[in-house]
Amino acid sequence: MVTTHTYDALVIGGGGAGMAAAIEMSDRVRTAVISKLYPTRSHTGAAQGGVCAALGNVEEDSPEWHAFDTVKGGDYLVDQPAAMVMCEEAIPAIYQLERWGLPFNRTPDGKIDQRRFGGHTAEHGERPVKRACYAADRTGHMILQTLYQQCVKRDVRFFNEFYCLDLLRTDDGRTAGVVAYELATGELHVFRAKAVIFTTGGFGRAYKVTSNAHTLTGDGPSLVWRRGIPLEDMEMFQFHPTGLARLGVLLSEAARGEGGIVRNKDGERFMERYAPTIKDLAPRDLVSRAIYQEIKEGRGGGPNGDWTFLDITHLDPKVIEEKLPDITEFARIYLKVEPTKEPVPIQPTAHYAMGGIPTDVDGRVVTGENEDIVPGLYSAGECACVSVHGANRLGTNSLLDLLVFGKRAGVAAAEDAIEADLPALPANATEPTLEMLNRILERDKGDNMADIRKELQTQMFDLAFVVRTAEGLTKMQEILGGLRERFDRVAIGDKGSVFNMDLMEAVEVGFLLDCSDAIVAGSLVREESRGAHFREDFPLRDDANWLKHTLAYREDDGSIRMEYKPVKMGPYVPMERKY
Amino acid sequence: MATAAEVLNSSDDQRVGAKARTISLTVRVRRFNPEKSQESWWDEWTLDCDPLDRLVEVLHEIKWYHDGTLAFRRSCAHGICGSDAMMINGRNALACKLLAEDVAPKVTIEPIRGLPVLKDLIVDMEPFLDGYKAVLPYLINDSGEPSAERLQSPEDRERYDDTTKCILCACCTTSCPIFWGDDTYIGPAAIVNAHRFIFDTRDEAGRDRMKILSEKTGVFRCRTTFNCTDACPRGIEVTKAIQEVKRAILFERF
Repeated sequence: MVTTHTYDALVIGGGGAGMAAAIEMSDRVRTAVISKLYPTRSHTGAAQGGVCAALGNVEEDSPEWHAFDTVKGGDYLVDQPAAMVMCEEAIPAIYQLERWGLPFNRTPDGKIDQRRFGGHTAEHGERPVKRACYAADRTGHMILQTLYQQCVKRDVRFFNEFYCLDLLRTDDGRTAGVVAYELATGELHVFRAKAVIFTTGGFGRAYKVTSNAHTLTGDGPSLVWRRGIPLEDMEMFQFHPTGLARLGVLLSEAARGEGGIVRNKDGERFMERYAPTIKDLAPRDLVSRAIYQEIKEGRGGGPNGDWTFLDITHLDPKVIEEKLPDITEFARIYLKVEPTKEPVPIQPTAHYAMGGIPTDVDGRVVTGENEDIVPGLYSAGECACVSVHGANRLGTNSLLDLLVFGKRAGVAAAEDAIEADLPALPANATEPTLEMLNRILERDKGDNMADIRKELQTQMFDLAFVVRTAEGLTKMQEILGGLRERFDRVAIGDKGSVFNMDLMEAVEVGFLLDCSDAIVAGSLVREESRGAHFREDFPLRDDANWLKHTLAYREDDGSIRMEYKPVKMGPYVPMERKY
Repeated sequence: MATAAEVLNSSDDQRVGAKARTISLTVRVRRFNPEKSQESWWDEWTLDCDPLDRLVEVLHEIKWYHDGTLAFRRSCAHGICGSDAMMINGRNALACKLLAEDVAPKVTIEPIRGLPVLKDLIVDMEPFLDGYKAVLPYLINDSGEPSAERLQSPEDRERYDDTTKCILCACCTTSCPIFWGDDTYIGPAAIVNAHRFIFDTRDEAGRDRMKILSEKTGVFRCRTTFNCTDACPRGIEVTKAIQEVKRAILFERF
């Protein structure tokens, strides 16, 4: 049975970006949020350190300095006008959250307090600046809760535990709605609408060790990719240096900000060799690469020799308890390590997708070199690529991104929905979805979904990781081909209709394979090293040839076609990236 | 200070990095599947696992390699999203915050109590969220919006800090014997979220919330059993928050 719903506009994904959009839309047009999780389960809630804005509450600051840091941090692959928009609108965005009740930490005179974070500086790199607004070490949690509260206040219509499985487009390319699978019943629903915003988050689960939730499987990017939309800069994936060993759970950058030191198995402070000036406070991409090198040269510890250690034993225990309580709790609970007395085993952890669905600054999805607008289609948050993070995102800019561009996308989509007519549904709207699900459900014997995913995650973590080579990436392409063949034979144990989480996970594996295809394709063509993307065979940044975005398209025959578009420049001329 | 090498060479086998160990864990799960039967039943598996495996990953191992029909919610797997609240050996907890060795050799897992079970460990969260929504869980201030930020002293901010930690996992509410017996009771989590706004100096609707909570479905149903405080995976002093709300209603002081 298929139920058809009609709304003016849809939001796919109920995390930070989705709810920021929905708040804007619900006052303007009939809006529904379709989310595979209850909104407060979204991974926005896992963000710890802060959300930045040049409020200048503690030290002199300016949005222009913030924009410079963002562009430099992104190794000049950032679209500079978009960075300007984000950094200017950061200030009203933070004030808005405060007026909605977000419990920011306060200065003694009652203003929103601010603290330091990696890469945020005053006067174009002159000195560190306190720019990150925060609510203890649960800033993301408070943003997610505050946005949800505002959605409750506005009586936003949520379809919780509805899994969006297809984007519906008319023959002339207009967005007509989506198909979603109701987890509680196994029924399909068609949602018709004039505008659709994808805000489904990242795809860190393509990697073995990740800070991402189990549910972050690139659903949105894969869905639109299958419908002819390109994915931008997918090779740009951030590996955070300090993930908890084995688990990948994030240990906030604040640990190094407070004086934490990364050591190898011999106890050596190896960052002194890689970044003699700023040592452990080097940016994320640099520290992750140094760790990789230590492990490769046999100085990693742990049962498989692939761990290094975060040492905070020299810090005042009071500072640890007050400023780094999460880290201490994670280490104690999950590794039975006492961080005040002994170093904590860490591994670089797949953390954040800088790339994603290409959009303009109003969240409109755009394709090709000329940025043709896809009518009625929008995206924001981690699943989108505006691009404000370029080749490497600065800490605290992700929460800001989802606030600013979630809101802008919501406003633009609502205006679009007011103007537009409801497009006709394509014929047999649910057929591709039904076919996809039935193929999985009807097979009694076949390949185990968990095995395919494990192989994918293990190989991606080896071959499309912090350091990449043509040889490794080509091998990964072959592996992906084999995994796709196995996925075509995937069989699951649950054949039921009620909360068939087995089926959901199998579909997710398909999305992860798509995202991995795009990551590897982008990594292979980009023959340079920039930000998070490091090619051992092309170790230098090459502005002459590669100061441009990659656009990967999925062709009908399954192959991938690459296009490119220029980076939108601005006042900042690319310089060598030194800190 | 122990060096990394010393940590790794340590003889203490309770710690990560010690030489690989496995322990045997028997997992007993109360099952329910409306497509199969209207009665619940028990299934049991015995697995070898790393002592430091999270219980949620043990459940994954069962689901992925033994019985794909086993259904439970999970997402972040490190205690911040609140999806995997379960009754584990008789106490409510998040399955991602317990390790195999915390519960070995045998663990009994049931759905949290007092909410309709939909399948296995998945319960209907809507009645729980109805209670949450009933307390007006959003900042209300009609005195005109400032153009920038409102000021709040660190002391005033601290007053409601504890109750801002709530992740709506329902561990507290579904550990409450009053809630088990009477699902019209609004429950600890809703009161925690009301507390978060009642004691926020920026909010002006404390009286409205206290009126809601003073009804017979409200805060005075609480019998101070402290189950909620014990169950909270975020360490919120839930019972204390409830007592503060009661006192505020009685003395109109907040």
